[in-house]
Amino acid sequence: MAGSNNAPHRDMMRSPLGRARGLGAAKVGATHWWAQRLTAVALVPLTLWFVCGVIRMHGAVQHDMVAWLSQPVPLVLMLALIVATFHHLQLGLQVVIEDYVHAEGCKLASILALKAACVLLALACIISVLKLGL
Amino acid sequence: MRDVRDALMVARNTDGKLVRRPLSPHIQVHRWPISMALSILHRASGCALGVGTLLMTWWLIAAAQSEESFATAQKFMGSPFGRLLLFGWTAALFYHFCSGLRHLWMDTGRGFEKAEYDRSAWIVVGATVVLTVGTWIIALAFG
Repeated sequence: MAGSNNAPHRDMMRSPLGRARGLGAAKVGATHWWAQRLTAVALVPLTLWFVCGVIRMHGAVQHDMVAWLSQPVPLVLMLALIVATFHHLQLGLQVVIEDYVHAEGCKLASILALKAACVLLALACIISVLKLGL
Repeated sequence: MRDVRDALMVARNTDGKLVRRPLSPHIQVHRWPISMALSILHRASGCALGVGTLLMTWWLIAAAQSEESFATAQKFMGSPFGRLLLFGWTAALFYHFCSGLRHLWMDTGRGFEKAEYDRSAWIVVGATVVLTVGTWIIALAFG
């Protein structure tokens, strides 16, 4: 609170209702931006772990994959990696589409196609990992 | 004046004479500061990683499908073209990783002074090379 200082400041430039809503033109506020940062932070350790995993699976046969993903920790981390990766991917590529595709219909169609592809690929990965690990 | 665009470019100079306004230079003639190159490369590597994700998806689906299909996938990854793709994937991944960390750091409002900005950019380039080459040395030596 500003306390006794009643000088105009930035917070007072918007109405309380405007500040409470604060959702902008896209009506989702900072959700997209925040989700992109959150998944980025999650992917920092997960990506390093995954690169180590891929190196360990160099020259592996299917049985090695089963042995690796049957352990609880790799199974959980792999599922977390898949969810974070595809979520981060669709958030990032959505911005690329929004920046370069200007025709409204084409933009909407591209974004929906992107989201559908990411969801389907993520599901395929999750089911594959569960089939190997469970 | 040939069209509206020309009309908008007409102005008067300090002597009151009608002149044609100069155009700002097109993007192609600008020099490439390191910060600009990194920013463009961050987006480009993100798109490349989208393709890399398809590779991961194929790898996991093949493993879940059968021994033979996984052997096919592994054989492809070990082929010269497969290795080239994997090298591109690790380079894009580590670049996006380091550049992304720089962006997260800048999201806290730090590192915007020109000197710091350029220094962190070069650190990203160096870290990417070290991580990519290091990963491949480890993979080829112990993998």
